[in-house]
Amino acid sequence: MKHALQFTLNGQPLTLEVDDERMLLWVLRTELGLTDTKYGCGEAHCGACTVLVDGKALRSCRAPMRAVDGKVVVTIEGLAPPGRLDPLQQAFIDHSAVQCGYCTPGMLLTAKALLTETLTPTRALIAARLERNLCRCGAHQRIVDAVEAASKTGSLP
Amino acid sequence: MNDPRLFGRRDFFTLAGGGLVILVGLRPEDALAVLVKEVPSPEDFNAFLIVQADGRVRVMSGKIEMGQGVMTSQAQLVAEELGVALGAIDLVLGDTDVCPWDRGTFGSLSTRMFGPVLRAAAARARVELFALASARLGVPPTSLVVHEGLVQVVDDPDAHVTYGELSKGARLTRVVGEAGVLHAAADFQVMGRSPARLDARDKVTGAAKYAADVRRPGLLHARVLRPPMHGSKRSKLVTSAARALPGVLVVELPDLVAVLHANPEGAAAALERLSVEWTQPEATLDPENIGEHLQASATGEKTVVERGSLATGRAASAKSFFETFRKGYVAHAAIEPHAALAELVHGVMTVWASTQTPFPTRDRIALAVGLAAQKVRVITPFLGGGFGGKSADEQAIEAARLAQKVGRPVQVAWTRAEEFFFDHFDPASVVTVTAGLDAQGLMSVWDARIIAAGDRGSTPFYAVPNVLVRSSGGTAYGEAAAGASLHPFAVGPWRGPGANMNVFASESMVDLMASATGVDPVAFRLKNLTDERMKRVVQAAAKAFGWTPAVAPSRRGVGVACSIDAGSYVATMAEVKVDAATGHVAVLRLVCAIDLGVVVNPEGARQQVEGGLSMGLGYALFEELRFRGGAVLDRNFDSYRLPCFSHVPHLETVFVKNDALAPQGAGEPPITTTGAVIANAIFDATGARLTRLPMTAERVKQAMAREAR
Repeated sequence: MKHALQFTLNGQPLTLEVDDERMLLWVLRTELGLTDTKYGCGEAHCGACTVLVDGKALRSCRAPMRAVDGKVVVTIEGLAPPGRLDPLQQAFIDHSAVQCGYCTPGMLLTAKALLTETLTPTRALIAARLERNLCRCGAHQRIVDAVEAASKTGSLP
Repeated sequence: MNDPRLFGRRDFFTLAGGGLVILVGLRPEDALAVLVKEVPSPEDFNAFLIVQADGRVRVMSGKIEMGQGVMTSQAQLVAEELGVALGAIDLVLGDTDVCPWDRGTFGSLSTRMFGPVLRAAAARARVELFALASARLGVPPTSLVVHEGLVQVVDDPDAHVTYGELSKGARLTRVVGEAGVLHAAADFQVMGRSPARLDARDKVTGAAKYAADVRRPGLLHARVLRPPMHGSKRSKLVTSAARALPGVLVVELPDLVAVLHANPEGAAAALERLSVEWTQPEATLDPENIGEHLQASATGEKTVVERGSLATGRAASAKSFFETFRKGYVAHAAIEPHAALAELVHGVMTVWASTQTPFPTRDRIALAVGLAAQKVRVITPFLGGGFGGKSADEQAIEAARLAQKVGRPVQVAWTRAEEFFFDHFDPASVVTVTAGLDAQGLMSVWDARIIAAGDRGSTPFYAVPNVLVRSSGGTAYGEAAAGASLHPFAVGPWRGPGANMNVFASESMVDLMASATGVDPVAFRLKNLTDERMKRVVQAAAKAFGWTPAVAPSRRGVGVACSIDAGSYVATMAEVKVDAATGHVAVLRLVCAIDLGVVVNPEGARQQVEGGLSMGLGYALFEELRFRGGAVLDRNFDSYRLPCFSHVPHLETVFVKNDALAPQGAGEPPITTTGAVIANAIFDATGARLTRLPMTAERVKQAMAREAR
C-alpha cells in the first residue's frame, strides 16, 4: 500500500509517498538516488546495505519502508557533514582498512552503532559486532584496528 | 577478431586538450607509423600520459581498481619518475575510449608487467620536459632538478619553470620505446613509501561509484530468466502474466528472456510471473564423487616439467612416498555482484561494467550486438572485488543486448543467487604425488600428476634431480582445452589459479617426508633447497615467527609452507589450535615472509599479503561449493560461508629486501601458501595429515580418528 511516510534522511526531513512494503535499500538506491548503500546479498547475510535507523544498525535490504516511518535514517553519505569525516572514516583511511570499498559503508555504520553504545569496546567486541559483515578482500585485521583507533579519538562534535 | 590496432579514430590532441603527450609503445615503430597517418589511437600504445598546462598529469591505464590498490601504486610510479606530487596525478582507469589497450587486470601482472611501461613513460616525459626547460632557461638539462613539478637550475634556484608552463600551448607528442632511465631504489622519493590510498576517501564517504550505481535518464532495471540448473533447456514459456503488470517490458530472444522495469523490485516481481517449464538433465556429480570423475574423465595430458629420469630417481630412493590430494569447487563471492549499465546513443554503445577485462569485454559486446569495436565503449567504475571472477562479463553482454532491443538504458545487476549460479568457479581438482628420498634425506624423485589444476605452482623449487610433472583436465583458468566438458558448470581463474591446490599438494608432501624421516620441517626444506632466494625467505619467516626446530607432530600446532608465484617468493608460518572433540581448527597466527622485489608501496603490499592470507582461510578450512550435477545448491551466504572476523588471526608480513629486482606480484603469492601451511600446522598439532581441501572440522575429526587407529 502506498503511504506518505515521514522520516529524516541524512539530516533532512522527508515525506515520501511510497509502498510501505518496499525495502528501504531499493527506495534509497532508486527513488532517492542514494547509491552509497550497497546491495550484496538481499537476505541480510552480508551487511553491505547497513544503514543507521535511530542510531542502530539495520540491514536495509530486509527493512520495509514502514520500519523507518517517523525515524532518523543515516546512510554513509550522512555520517559526517559535507567536507568533513567522522573519526571512524578517518581511521579507516589512516589504517588502510579499505580495499575494494564495497563493504566499507556497512562496516563503518555497523561500527558507528557500536561506538554509539559503547565508547571503548574491546577488540573482541569490535570483531564480534562486525562478525556478520562480510569482507572478501581480507581487510578484517585493519578494520578492527581502525575501529579501535577511532574509539580512542572520540566522536565528531 | 578485429585487430583493434587497425582502428585508429581518436585524435590525441582533442583528447588531451593540448599539453605534452607521451606515448609509450613496446613496438614504437608501429606507433610512429600510425602517427604519420595522423590517426593516432590509444590502442596503439601500451601507456600514455599527458602533462597539462595546469601542471596536472593525466595518466591513462587500461588496468582497473578492484581493491588491490593499483590506483595508488601506479600514480606513485609516475610521480616518482616524473618528479611531481602524488596529488597532481589524475588516473583514468579501464575506459576503452581513452586508455591504452590492455588484456585485463589479473595474474598479479599490473605492477610486474605494466608498471615498468608506465615508469618508462614517466621517465621519458621527464626527459622531454627537461629538454624544453633547458631551452627555456638556457642551461643544459644536466643542470636541472625537479621537485613537485617545479624545474630549477641547480646553482640558481631563482631560475625555474613549472611543468605546466612548459606544457602551455604545446602540441607535442613523443613516442618512446620502453627504455628509460629509472630512479634507483635508493633515490626514491615517492615509491617505497605508503601514502594514504588515493581511493580511500571516496570509499569511506560513499562517493565511490560502482557499476550498479550508474544512473542514466530513462533507465530500466532488467532481470533475466535463469534455468534451474546448468544444462536445462526451456520447454515452455508464457509471458502474459508478466506483461500484464504495469510498467513491465518483456524481451524474448531465443537465448535471452528478460523482464524490465523502472525499479529493481518491479523487475523481480515480473520475473516471478513468468510461467516456465524446463527439462532437467541427469545429475550424477556431487562434491563426494567429483574427484573420481575428474580422475576418470580428464584428457589432454601435458608435461609441465621433466628433468632427469623417474627410473633413476626411484633407484636412488631409500624411502618412497605416495599421496593423493583433492579439492572442491570454490566461489569468488566478491561482495559486489556483477553489474552493468548499457546505453545506445547515436549508434555508440556505452557500457559501464564491473569487469577485470574492459577491452576483451568491449570486443565481446561488439560481437554480440553487431557493432564495430570502435562503436562500443566500456567504462569501468570501481570494482567491489574481482579475484579473477569478473573476467567473463556475461552481465555486460546481457545489458548491451537488452539496451539495443528496448532502445533505453538498461541495467543488469545480478542477484547473489545469479552470482553463485554463473560464477566461473575455482575448479575441483586432484593431485597425486610420488616422491622419494635418498639415504641422506635428499629428495631424489618427484612425480606429480595434476588433474584440473593446470600447472601454476607445480614446478618443484627444491633441488630434486629427477622430476616429472604432468597435468591434464585443462587449466584452472577455465580455458576450453580438455577442461571444458569436465566440470558441471563454468570454471575460471580464482586468486592464485591452480597454485593454491598445487602448493597445497607439494608442500604437504614435503612436510610429510620431513616428518617421516624425523627432520624438522624448516631444516628439511633448507637442506633440500639450493635456491638462495627461497632460503632467505624461509629464514626470514622463521626469524619473525620465532620458529624453534622440532620434528612434526610436535603437538605445538605450527607449520610452514613455501611458494614461488607471480615472480615473488613466499614462506608462510602458521600456528593453529585444533579442538580434539570437534575437529574445529582455530588459526592463531600467520607470519608471511615475501620477496617481491622493489616494494612500490609497503602498506599497499602488506594489505595484499594480509588480504590473500585472510581470503585463503576460506578455501583452506570451509569453502566448498555444494552442487548436484549442474544444480548449484549454494545460493547465498547463509550456506556458503566466507572467512569472518572470528576466523582471521593475527597477521604479520615481513618483506625480504630485494631492491635489485623490479617489483613483482603481491596480490596472489601469499594465498597460494594458506592451504598448505594450515594443513602442515594441523599435522603438527594432531599427527593427522589432511589431504582434502577444505579441511572442515568434520574432515579433521575423521583424519584424527584414522590416525588414532
